[in-house]
Amino acid sequence: MAETLTMPKLGFDMAEGTLINWTKSVGDTINKGDVIAEIETDKATIEIEAQAGGTILKFLAEPGDVVPVGAPIAYVGAEGEQVPEEGAPPPAAEPPSQAEAEAVAAPPKSEAAPGKTEDKDEGEARPEYAEAQAEAEGAEEPGFIKASPIARRIAEERGIDLRRVKGTGPGGRIVKRDVETFPVEEAPAAPVKEAAPAPSVALPQPSVGEVPSGPDVEIIEISRLRKRIGQRMVESKLYVPHFYVTTAIDVTALLELRKQLNESIPDEARKISVNDLIVKGAALALREYPNLNTHFYGDRLVRHKRIHIGIAVALPGGGLMNVVARDADKTALGTMAVQNREMIARAREGKVRAEDVEGSTFSVSNLGPYDVDHFAAIINPPEAAILAIGAARKTPVVLEDDTVGVRMIMKATISVDHRVSDGAEGAEFLKLFKELLENPMRLLM
Amino acid sequence: MADRPITIREALSAALREEMQRDERVFIMGEEVGVWGGTYAVTRGFLDEFGEKRVRDTPIAEMVIAGAAVGAAMAGLRPVAEIMTINFAFLALDAIVNHAAKVRYMFNGQFTVPLVIRTTTGGGKQLGATHSHSPEVIFAHFPGLYVAVPGTAYDAKGMLKASIRDDNPVLFVEHSTMLQRRSPVPDDPDFLLPIGKSDVKRRGDDVTIVTFGKGLEWSMAAAETLAQDGIEAEIIDLRWLRPLDLEPVFESFKKTNRCVVVEESLPMFNVGAEVAARLQDELFDYMDAPVKRVAAMDVPLPYAAEIERMALPSPEKIVKAVKEVVGG
Repeated sequence: MAETLTMPKLGFDMAEGTLINWTKSVGDTINKGDVIAEIETDKATIEIEAQAGGTILKFLAEPGDVVPVGAPIAYVGAEGEQVPEEGAPPPAAEPPSQAEAEAVAAPPKSEAAPGKTEDKDEGEARPEYAEAQAEAEGAEEPGFIKASPIARRIAEERGIDLRRVKGTGPGGRIVKRDVETFPVEEAPAAPVKEAAPAPSVALPQPSVGEVPSGPDVEIIEISRLRKRIGQRMVESKLYVPHFYVTTAIDVTALLELRKQLNESIPDEARKISVNDLIVKGAALALREYPNLNTHFYGDRLVRHKRIHIGIAVALPGGGLMNVVARDADKTALGTMAVQNREMIARAREGKVRAEDVEGSTFSVSNLGPYDVDHFAAIINPPEAAILAIGAARKTPVVLEDDTVGVRMIMKATISVDHRVSDGAEGAEFLKLFKELLENPMRLLM
Repeated sequence: MADRPITIREALSAALREEMQRDERVFIMGEEVGVWGGTYAVTRGFLDEFGEKRVRDTPIAEMVIAGAAVGAAMAGLRPVAEIMTINFAFLALDAIVNHAAKVRYMFNGQFTVPLVIRTTTGGGKQLGATHSHSPEVIFAHFPGLYVAVPGTAYDAKGMLKASIRDDNPVLFVEHSTMLQRRSPVPDDPDFLLPIGKSDVKRRGDDVTIVTFGKGLEWSMAAAETLAQDGIEAEIIDLRWLRPLDLEPVFESFKKTNRCVVVEESLPMFNVGAEVAARLQDELFDYMDAPVKRVAAMDVPLPYAAEIERMALPSPEKIVKAVKEVVGG
């Protein structure tokens, strides 16, 4: 039976994607995982892969269409197969043909209690029906919550318990804005079906005055990516109380170790970067300080048990993107180095994949290659912290034996959300990070 | 050719004149349309230009005007009949509802009724309860009859010309207090607006105001006040009550999630009732507030100026209703 391909969710804040073009045609045979289209999100142009294989029967979106996450974009199936009618419900998870076959095979049973049998078949074939019914019944329980229809719908989509939302509409009704601005946790047990729109920042815009014109200026339209970065950073700087802790790290041994490691790796594409070692160090330190591996959601923290480090990548046309080193504490350094290199390359080519950008729990921004002393990064909400890395430089330092020597010193600054943590914890994290980098063999264990 | 700002009155005259020049089957009949030039001076000069055969003064008998016009239309002419005010159209209901609106259907298309009945509507001029009705919704109730309710000179011209050229009967309703309103109108003798298409008259994201006729003027004024409070209203001018085009309303409502319907009609069984019913039916999951209606009060329209004003809609009432649905 025909399967539906849907708009994938390529980031926790992605609500929709614009179809740029199909890379396959109707009638083509594809395998699961084949690239079938290019889409553009707020972040980048991304190739998307087929979630199922077969013959492409029909496209449901055209280039230029903006398609919500989860909405069907194509049907695949056997060659010549009929596609479902427009507007028909997506095929049920259980093949209903089996239920029908059973009903035919056992007519006496059907006759005995036809209504009951049909109900049962229906219920089995469409489990979501029972759920919907249970919810509808729940709404009639005492303690009815006054909420507008659209507020109820958005709450359901975003997994918000309306009992926790304060209504600001007439008579205390919960209205759209209340659920849109309500912070949502990512509930792993019941994944949210559709991406929720990012909370809008309803703040007074400072007046910028009239835009100058004339031969002395050039007017440049702000790109979609730049707008998105701007919006998120404004959100972060306005709502997240940052504090910053800086330390200097002696990376002489780390750089020496890297040199040794890379000498043993002939393949350029497999060599380990300084950044890979920093990501590994941050991930190992986060194991001891899980509070910094947390997402902040209003009155709740979501502490992540897995450590996925976002790596800020500067893009050639301007703007930046976070690629995600998954399970960075557990992944072998060599494996991670290859993966990071590939993801960064894809990001720079505008061809990141879903898994490249999704789900970071902590971020690292490294401006070392640009020869900066140190800097402070802006937290990427809902993450609780971000680590900013400066350049490693030859620096005169007072050594253990009170003599002065030349060492490679690199400064690191962690920015932390004060609603989640305090200065002492930020400092302890940095101390451990420093110890790991100064004793780099620990990064290999 | 640049569009010239002209009044609704001038737009109506121009539409009539152009269509009469274009098609000799088009003729005008009604009370005082000839020698007097029309009660609202829309047909001034027409008698001299087109002669008695095509500009016909009638007795003060609305059933005759409408009945004769239906007959002429069935016989192949394209009459534009004038009923001085819509209050008098009640006298002609049988000809309008039972004949004009039904003939094409009942004769299986063997006859069409290419008829336009022009009339004026509205209160607010201290004419008392029997001469101040806004009963457009009554006529919009019946399939087979189009009901046009323009709110600008541009719309008045394009809609009247399209009505005259259409083969179906149209009740063309002009507001008696808006004839002097000006807007730019094309001189193009083939400038036509589609029948049964509403129009977005103002863009906004916070609330959808659905209106027509005089309601457009009140709503535009209310929108200016609301904008000062940071509330941006999207205003949809229905322009036609039948065919009723709610697509732009639905589209707008998906964005704003709130709606206020503004009209001069009485409150019961009015356009607001229809729009509210359709919205909850089609877009229940988009509703963020109840649909509010701003209409005349449910009373015979009073004579005394202050009380008449109280009984009619106003920009202030619209602002209040919008704030109720926007809330907060």
